[in-house]
Amino acid sequence: MIKQKKASNLKDLNVIRKMISNHKKYDFMFAGLGTIVIASLTITLLVLFLDLVIDGYPKFNLDFLSNFPSRRAARAGILSAWVGSSLVLLVTFFVAVPLGVASGIYLEEYAKKNWFSDLIEINVSNLAGVPSIIYGLLALGLFVYSFGLGQSILTAGLTLALLMLPIVIVSTREAIRAIPVHIREAAYAVGATKWQVCHNHVIQYAYGGILTGIIIGMARAIGETAPVITIGALTFIAFLPPSPVGLEPPFINFDWLDAGFSVLPIQMFNWISRPQHAFHINAAATGAIIIILTLLMNGLAIKLRYNIRKKIKW
Amino acid sequence: MGSENNLIISSRLAKNYKRNLIERMIEFGLLCSGIVAIFITLAIIYVLVSEAIPFFQHVSMKDFLTDTVWTPNYSIKHYGILPLISGTLTTTGIALIVAVPLGTITAIYLSEFASHKVREVIKPILELLVGVPTVVFGYFALMLVTPMLQKIYPDLTTFNMLGPGIVMGIMIVPYIASVAEDSMRAVPMAIREGAYAMGATRFQTAIKVVTPAAISGIVAAYILAISRAVGETMIVAIAAGQQPNFTFNPVESAATITSYIVSVALGDLEHGGIGYQSIFAAGLTLLIMTLLINILGHMVRKKYAERY
Repeated sequence: MIKQKKASNLKDLNVIRKMISNHKKYDFMFAGLGTIVIASLTITLLVLFLDLVIDGYPKFNLDFLSNFPSRRAARAGILSAWVGSSLVLLVTFFVAVPLGVASGIYLEEYAKKNWFSDLIEINVSNLAGVPSIIYGLLALGLFVYSFGLGQSILTAGLTLALLMLPIVIVSTREAIRAIPVHIREAAYAVGATKWQVCHNHVIQYAYGGILTGIIIGMARAIGETAPVITIGALTFIAFLPPSPVGLEPPFINFDWLDAGFSVLPIQMFNWISRPQHAFHINAAATGAIIIILTLLMNGLAIKLRYNIRKKIKW
Repeated sequence: MGSENNLIISSRLAKNYKRNLIERMIEFGLLCSGIVAIFITLAIIYVLVSEAIPFFQHVSMKDFLTDTVWTPNYSIKHYGILPLISGTLTTTGIALIVAVPLGTITAIYLSEFASHKVREVIKPILELLVGVPTVVFGYFALMLVTPMLQKIYPDLTTFNMLGPGIVMGIMIVPYIASVAEDSMRAVPMAIREGAYAMGATRFQTAIKVVTPAAISGIVAAYILAISRAVGETMIVAIAAGQQPNFTFNPVESAATITSYIVSVALGDLEHGGIGYQSIFAAGLTLLIMTLLINILGHMVRKKYAERY
């Protein structure tokens, strides 16, 4: 009798042991699966990058940067595209950054908790979820035709600024929210006004976080294609916009804002759409330039955020 | 003596007045910047609706929603949005089949299995993947993924929905992973410790304890992914062939709502013409779809949010 009980106990024990080892096996298997998934994502990113660099390698020379697009693939370059991209981003920067930072400060420091600030908040988070091509349609209807700005650098810059705005607002708010209240209280205690508190203390401490958001937003604006195509940017441009800086006073002119333009991703898209393989090499080279720029900018932003997190201890 | 005092006070009051005025002006300026977000939303709705109204005077709502042919550029014009919607849904579906398992596994792994050090390395890589421009992903789909698929399935045409769908899935994995991981990490440690104390493994804890607790965030991540995939433009415009085609078959070429807008915008656009208005009608459809998806996500998050 006793012997029998012992045997069944042993059997139970074995069942339990088996169960435990099974569960440990599943645990181990999932860890392996997770590693494989993440490794394959990393490899995908790497392949994506290397594919562009290897395919586009023959075009990595100065001629590619200093030639206009051409019907002959071998002579085609991206001069008008990179100049266009730079000027468009210049407009984007000067519109989106002040507006975004200001509305971030307003929402975080000034807005009272009421239906109105709720409304702004809902709008900001909704705008972040609107597909980028919708911004293109907005710009086509509003900027190009209603405001009569045409298919110009100004229109494209404003369009991308609208896209970038939610990113800047959200990152500004997050950066400001991380600053403890006692910093503000100390400033108020010595008689600072609200704006002095914001300007001399809050913005100073939030600077790094805001900058991170701006860099990420700009990186996104460089690669954004669909809205710029929608406003009707040209794909074949063999001239440069008027120079923003002149040799004679007043040294700066704004004629370039009205000029037609192309941007890097549109140039790339145009070359991909052609059947000849030679143009695909150009597309790859352009893509390599775009991806290097965006990876560098995103990398910088990540590094910056990491440094801030490490350095600041309230 | 008295008048001197008055002078000091009045000059300080004047300074105060100036100070207050500047303060109020700054506050007003900041308020104006804040209101811009509302203006943008209103402008989007206004532009899309006002340009789509003439379109719907020309094309009846019934044709728009039930006709299965979309040929605005042919001589016999049909304006049925269904082919564009079928293209959008098919590519989105493929993307989700790829992204949901991969994204969920990544999120569980990062939140429950990975050490702090591993996470510090992996998260930036995911963020870099988010930063890759979609036009580059489009090149990837057309030049690399589709040829690879053609080796497995030789009948596949150059333009198909499978390749871009898969690439779109890879693109949205980081979105799912980061949102789902955030919500899993928000589950209090004490709940995990309870499971561990009962002898559960990490896998059991992750599947039976943490995932149910974080389910609202995980589902919200899926919904965010849907809304990204529906609005994605360049990958499908490059690799799916821009030809409206009422089919759910992933090996056929098709146009999505977004790629139709791009293909029209690339051609000569006659302002005020029916082709011009049709892209606003398509855009309005897209906006309503993403809006409904986003509202759904918001509701899921509110309804199933776990309070600890």
